[in-house]
Amino acid sequence: MDYFVNVTITGLTQGMIYAAFALALVLIWRSTRIVNFAQGSMAAATTFIALSLIQAGASYWVALVVALASGFVLGAIVERVIIRPVEGGPELNAVIVTLGLFVAIQAAIAIIFGSSFQSFPTPFGVRGFEIGETTIPLTPTSLYVIGAVLVTMALLVALFRFTRVGLAMRASAFSQEVARLLGVKVGGMLTLGWGLAAVVGSLSGLLIAGGTFVYPAYMDSLIVFGFVAAIIGGLDSPVGAIVGGLILGLALSYVSGYAPRGSALVTISALVILIGVLLVRPGGLFSSTTARRA
Amino acid sequence: MTGISVAFGGVLALSDVSLTVEPGQVHGLIGPNGAGKTTLFNVACGLVRPTEGRISWRGEELRRLRPAQLTSLGIARTLQGVGLFAGMTVLENVMVGAHRHARAGFLSALLALPTSDKDEQRLRERAMTALTELGAARYAGRYPGSLPYPVQKRVALARALVSEPDLLMLDEPASGLSEDEMHELGELIRSLAGRVSVLLVEHHMDLVMRVCDRITVLDSGKQIAAGTPAEVQADPAVTEAYLGDAVDAEADAAELTNADGGRTHD
Repeated sequence: MDYFVNVTITGLTQGMIYAAFALALVLIWRSTRIVNFAQGSMAAATTFIALSLIQAGASYWVALVVALASGFVLGAIVERVIIRPVEGGPELNAVIVTLGLFVAIQAAIAIIFGSSFQSFPTPFGVRGFEIGETTIPLTPTSLYVIGAVLVTMALLVALFRFTRVGLAMRASAFSQEVARLLGVKVGGMLTLGWGLAAVVGSLSGLLIAGGTFVYPAYMDSLIVFGFVAAIIGGLDSPVGAIVGGLILGLALSYVSGYAPRGSALVTISALVILIGVLLVRPGGLFSSTTARRA
Repeated sequence: MTGISVAFGGVLALSDVSLTVEPGQVHGLIGPNGAGKTTLFNVACGLVRPTEGRISWRGEELRRLRPAQLTSLGIARTLQGVGLFAGMTVLENVMVGAHRHARAGFLSALLALPTSDKDEQRLRERAMTALTELGAARYAGRYPGSLPYPVQKRVALARALVSEPDLLMLDEPASGLSEDEMHELGELIRSLAGRVSVLLVEHHMDLVMRVCDRITVLDSGKQIAAGTPAEVQADPAVTEAYLGDAVDAEADAAELTNADGGRTHD
């Protein structure tokens, strides 16, 4: 029983991180109809910025804030400088550009920060809380991860639902042409959208790095899982991204916890789940459209 | 707009058309299919750049007019069809239209500072007022897709009016409306006159004749008549463009080829 609870909590924690990464992909897809393959290496870049700050003696929290802020700036610059010229063009162009960016940023990280394995700290312990004599499997770190993602999501919901800027961003996502005629500065909204998405992506990168080792390609598996989570959810739906992330996190945790030689099966299980979902609902679980092109 | 010409790859869609909307008047723009009405409309919005000619607004020439500047200039337009944002409620749709009246800066809106909260409240109230004015207030919380077409049209109109424009451009507002609804629309437009100037592109002749102060008639990209409804109706060139010369079969055929030439490029 303890073991089951433990596996479930691990799954939820991982799932939250997948959800955050998937959400970053969905935000960009909704506003610009581009799948940002560079999301992972952009997040890795900001994680390395945080790491070098921590190594220089800064506290985890200062590093976290600086990393998220640089994530925003990086996302905004990428949109404005690299994505803008291919926006609205053939989809393949944008795919190639983000793939190229993915490779380029990863290479840049290796050049600047080195390609060795470096340990990334976590602000909280990884030992379970103790209640009297018994130790429960819930750790402060998993609470922190779940809490951080939930707070971020709540802030995003508030932004999109209750602020004027959020309204304008949604309008731009639905129809750029109409939004423009209503006086919305669509370009600014797209830049902002990419910046915000990069913040969420960076958060997922920082959280998954906590307590483990980072190297330039450490985000690669998260890219796969985050992408699968986004597709399961329908790529169009923020709620879908979160549900997709949680489903995937739990499923993979059960596979790795119970199946024989389970940890070797994790990545392939993710793809099996993806195929299974797409067979039943080709548009994803939460897709509003019946047919999707990407 | 003076001397507007638009060429699409060598085909002249508009040739030397001039049109002025007087303050507070309702100006109709009519013509057979393919006459260039929508093209002229798009020129006025900055969606199509004229090959020749000048556009001025309040005595100042607009050189590089861009669609996003329209509302800040005090110009609002509706689209053929309705163009509402499907995933946003009716109220939210109209609030986007009220955008230009927001006072708080971009950053404080993003950070949801108290000034922007007040702003938010003001936009919401303004949007509600516009919806109430158009009798669509009770649909505020609904999504556009679930509403009947005429209601959607009202919402689109509310979204254009909420920016309190000085010039309202309506692109075929009566399409898809029943006889009664068209009548209501006509009264609504008349009630706007004096408060705002209206440029109206419309097929339905009776509506145009009823609500417009002045009318410009286009045919095959050329301006063939302009004046009050009565003058335009009496103009033989207009009758010919619409009905053809029933007696002269040859002229009729020529007319058709002409109209076809324009139609494909409208």
